[in-house]
Amino acid sequence: MAIGKSVKRIDAVAKVTGRARYTDDFFMPGILLAKYLRSTIAHGRVTKIDTRRAQRLPGVERVFTYKDIPQNKFATAGHPYSLEPEHKDVEDRLLLTRHVRYWGDEIAVVVAENNIVLQEALQLIDVSYEEYEPLVTPEASLTEGAREIHAGSNNIIGESQYAVGENIEKALASADVVLEGRYRTQMCQHCHIENHIAYAYMDDLEHIVVVSSTQIPHIARRIIGEALGLPWGRIRVIKPYIGGGFGAKQDVILEPMVAFLTLKLGGRPVKMDLSREECMIGTRVRHPFDVKMRTGVNKDGTLVALDIDALSNTGAYASHGHSVAGAAGAKSRALYPRAAIKYHARTVYTNIPAAGAMRAYGAPQIMYAVDCIIEEAAQRIGMDPVEFRLKNVARLGDFDPLTGKRFESCGLIECLQRGKALIGWDEKRAARPKKQTGPVRRGLGVACFSYASGTYPVCMEISGARIILNQDGSIHVQVGATEIGQGLDTIVAQMAAETLGVPFDRVHVVSTQDTDVAPFDTGAYASRQAYVASNAVFRAARELKAKILEHAGRVTGILGGELDISNGNIVHGNNPANNVVSLREVALDAYYDKDRGGQLTAEISYKTRTNAPTFGCTFVDLEVDVPLCKVNIKEIFNIHDSGVILHPVMAKGQVHGGVAMGIAAGLYEEMLIDTQTGYIYNNNFLDYKIPTTVDVPDIGCEFVETFEPTSGYGNKALGEPPIVSPPPAIRNAIWDATGVQINELPMTPHTLYKHFKKAGLL
Amino acid sequence: MFNIKTYKEAGSVKEAIKLLQENPQARLIAGGTDVLVKLHKGKGQFHHLIDIHNIAELDFINLNDGEDLVIGPGTCFSRVEESPLIRKHIPVLSEAICTIGGPQVRNMATIGGNLCNGVPSADSATPLIALNAVLTIEGADGLRQMPLEDFFLGPSRVALKQHEILTAITVTRDNYTGFHGHFYKYAMRNAMDIATIGCSAVCKVEDSVLKDLRLAFGTAAPVPIRCKDTENKVRGRRLSQNLLDVITESVVDDVNPRTSWRAAKDFRLQIITTLAQRVVKKAILNAGGTIH
Amino acid sequence: MNRTIRCTVNGKKKELSVDIRQSLLEVLREELGLISVKQGCAAGECGACTVLIDNVPIDACLYLAVWADGRSIRTVEGESKNDKLSRVQQAFVDEGAVQCGICTPGFVMAATAFVEKHQGQKVTRNEIRRGLAGNLCRCTGYDTIITAVKKSLDEDFFCYDENSGGRRFRPA
Repeated sequence: MAIGKSVKRIDAVAKVTGRARYTDDFFMPGILLAKYLRSTIAHGRVTKIDTRRAQRLPGVERVFTYKDIPQNKFATAGHPYSLEPEHKDVEDRLLLTRHVRYWGDEIAVVVAENNIVLQEALQLIDVSYEEYEPLVTPEASLTEGAREIHAGSNNIIGESQYAVGENIEKALASADVVLEGRYRTQMCQHCHIENHIAYAYMDDLEHIVVVSSTQIPHIARRIIGEALGLPWGRIRVIKPYIGGGFGAKQDVILEPMVAFLTLKLGGRPVKMDLSREECMIGTRVRHPFDVKMRTGVNKDGTLVALDIDALSNTGAYASHGHSVAGAAGAKSRALYPRAAIKYHARTVYTNIPAAGAMRAYGAPQIMYAVDCIIEEAAQRIGMDPVEFRLKNVARLGDFDPLTGKRFESCGLIECLQRGKALIGWDEKRAARPKKQTGPVRRGLGVACFSYASGTYPVCMEISGARIILNQDGSIHVQVGATEIGQGLDTIVAQMAAETLGVPFDRVHVVSTQDTDVAPFDTGAYASRQAYVASNAVFRAARELKAKILEHAGRVTGILGGELDISNGNIVHGNNPANNVVSLREVALDAYYDKDRGGQLTAEISYKTRTNAPTFGCTFVDLEVDVPLCKVNIKEIFNIHDSGVILHPVMAKGQVHGGVAMGIAAGLYEEMLIDTQTGYIYNNNFLDYKIPTTVDVPDIGCEFVETFEPTSGYGNKALGEPPIVSPPPAIRNAIWDATGVQINELPMTPHTLYKHFKKAGLL
Repeated sequence: MFNIKTYKEAGSVKEAIKLLQENPQARLIAGGTDVLVKLHKGKGQFHHLIDIHNIAELDFINLNDGEDLVIGPGTCFSRVEESPLIRKHIPVLSEAICTIGGPQVRNMATIGGNLCNGVPSADSATPLIALNAVLTIEGADGLRQMPLEDFFLGPSRVALKQHEILTAITVTRDNYTGFHGHFYKYAMRNAMDIATIGCSAVCKVEDSVLKDLRLAFGTAAPVPIRCKDTENKVRGRRLSQNLLDVITESVVDDVNPRTSWRAAKDFRLQIITTLAQRVVKKAILNAGGTIH
Repeated sequence: MNRTIRCTVNGKKKELSVDIRQSLLEVLREELGLISVKQGCAAGECGACTVLIDNVPIDACLYLAVWADGRSIRTVEGESKNDKLSRVQQAFVDEGAVQCGICTPGFVMAATAFVEKHQGQKVTRNEIRRGLAGNLCRCTGYDTIITAVKKSLDEDFFCYDENSGGRRFRPA
């Protein structure tokens, strides 16, 4: 049995020995390098571009500008193709642009022999602009008469709403207490350590091969085809090991360009390898949100109503656009399913870097606002914040109030209870003075969240698995789902081993997805893969097992129905200790007998039409040094209901990483923009503060295991959720410590200074 | 590849001076952790390099005949930080240095490079200013010495002529004997960060009297600075909370922080005043004093 | 702008012709195929390119290749011997300290230097954190990495291997 065990991660050895090959590790002699010429203004139009001097520089192969590219507008978001025109992603990109929409926009591209020539050639291109006023805030871009960033858009890319339960105004009117608040979140960047990189070449006159650090090879293939106006079948995308993505690689960024360049350069290999500085501004960021909230509560602690009005800033291009705000509303609905909820969201264009998918896809923004106001509600009615949440959060037996789907598993109450005990909530609160006055003050905070295990029913959910019995009795598995560091390959091997009845180490998972041969799956996003792939892997393994047993029956003369596979051997179903024949013998017979058998293989493409809600919470105990405006986390715990935990060590790894990212989003990380020019000040790892080893405390992590029947192995989403609740828990703890409510992220020393000063603490 | 147009390796200080004279565009490279980053970012002023990375005569830490502590500017931070001489005589410098970058950077970056860059946030500058460090500079015109404090002229500007090289950093015996200190780096992260404010205090305490205090700040003005007025106000006074409060109030007039995208002036002042009190207090405690 | 340098790479003597404009990272990757040396920032901010020069960790992205003349370089490729992982490597595998893996080789090398330097000493998690502060990881939150280094230190497994030009781990 492999599920639930911390088996050896199957790519760990390749990675600690340096043998794992990432996109940059495949060397092609004579490969050309390409680099964008990026705009030095945030908003405007190129009036003149002269590339002649650059073109003449020795070592320069070609220079292309916005004049030289195909005029197919395309969407870059890593979503499945939509058959419904109204759900199609917004097609607002060309390979290069004349209309500059953010500081660093791509107006030309140079192809050259090496990076020094590239650097020099870029400096030799003369560009003149007609400059427009940079609209870097939603307020600016929504001002009456503001220039449209995309023609015909009114600077609004999307708007949506839903309402569940009682009419929101009625519900609010009926509540004992009504609170209002406004909460703002910042522009973050993913900061995967491997920058975006892709290269392309052609090995015949037709087909373009693109090797890319992508979370979504099959989607990338389609979008390259759309961008170049080529049949999708002419594109082949290969995804080797990838050095982190966190959503920034759930977007098609370099792939269409490298494909275009190789096509134009006679199939020669061309690589684009973004620098860190480019990656920070020229790929994707997290949407900043501005959320207005109203909530109604009764004095007995019943949450009556949540009215959420979100303004999401997608920046210069749509990318995932309004989907993020839409999904955030949908995924947070499961948390307080018995309250009346109205959710309205609008997404606007501005002249900041394009926002796309980032770990937990809008949920951190919305849950921050919700958890802030929930905390205020609990305080207002004088109820312990944990008790208030326990009274109102989702329970087993609740329904999604919009879809009517019952929650088949829900352990949030147990998560809260467990977290409360772990942090010593009651003891610590009882032990400390009522009012703290010293320079350093202690505070406790809690926050909780709901999330989802995929994108259904908004998007189609498909996963493919192919499992092969090799000649020697070992197993090969191919899936379309992608390993991006989260451990998917290992999980898939566990699933296959579990269902087939073979030892884990007999299962090999092909890590690379090559769209020419890999089964179809849309890729790594929405914390979907272990959930939706489980349904495909389970069915494929079950089918292959039946085929193996059927053939074993032929080999042994025992009826297949009486046989089973245990520990890699064919056994009598009623006596697993009694090996009838080895898998190897069955395999050899199936492959090489002259009259019977064949390659034993099963392939399943499965569409999952459920979407299990997943839950969890954060408890934090921290210290605030008021005069230094600094927060020091003493203890932090994340407790998750993610169904059955498939691999405890890797699951904890997801939580540790998510919590670290969450702490940083709460306390440090922010892309700092000059509001006058749209220039990003901190486009590097020195100035953009992702946490180092000395900035992250030891992280406590536990699971409340439930069983989710809609999944192949009882599991639910875990990849993204751990990032969601740390920021509001930290905010609530700072409030607890200092009496100051911080309603904006990140809560840097600068932010704390401003608020402490206003509150008279300094 | 770095866009280096000319590269000359100097085997000695004399040779480096000669090479600098030959090419007015040339800049020195020692540890490389600043120069190579600037080249990576396409900064043109570093196209012509004279490499002093391997000049052994710049890489040393010793006590001279007068028991003055002398540090070769080509010594990498890790060696300075871990040097028994430094730890024994001026541990405040080790305290400051271990906050710089990360271990890999400290294994390459040199203390002289940190000073010669002339950035107001240089972490090694404030403890050395507080210790009245003196620089020895060698150039085509010969040898000269100047106090470190006068070396900083403005952001990224130091009192070094094109043909000159920093050859020694000296803390004289009378400037460390009996002195104790403390350093605090205030930054947004606990490693790999630029100081929002750096603060060094070095003091001498006898019989509950603050015999001497040197208080220095980084990023509190266009250059690393000493708080001379404050030092003069409190020198010779009895240790007390009131004394610390005087320091807190007084430093505001000594410093001149600017608003930049990294931090606003009023925020920096808040940190400066808080650190003035806390760092001096810790230095006094380290010196065996007590504050009632 | 080429120069010949002589150095030892993972215990093997090498004579290389390098361009003075090249970083050590470029030479190790492109000339010697040592792909474990990863570029994450090219500015000494992430540590993904950490290698050991004379057993001291440095960022290969900020190290001119010519400086390697006469020195001994270790990359993660040289750490496993006869298909046996070094103890640090093994601890990374055992403790789940590996996720996407792009920072892993640099972390393993920084950790190896730290462990060798603190051989036989009791160190705290915070000291390990300080010792590895030059390496960024975005996946793990560092927790398991710190644990892996602690585990490598807690067990007594050192011996001196003269043939490899430095201290080495030998699998127990």
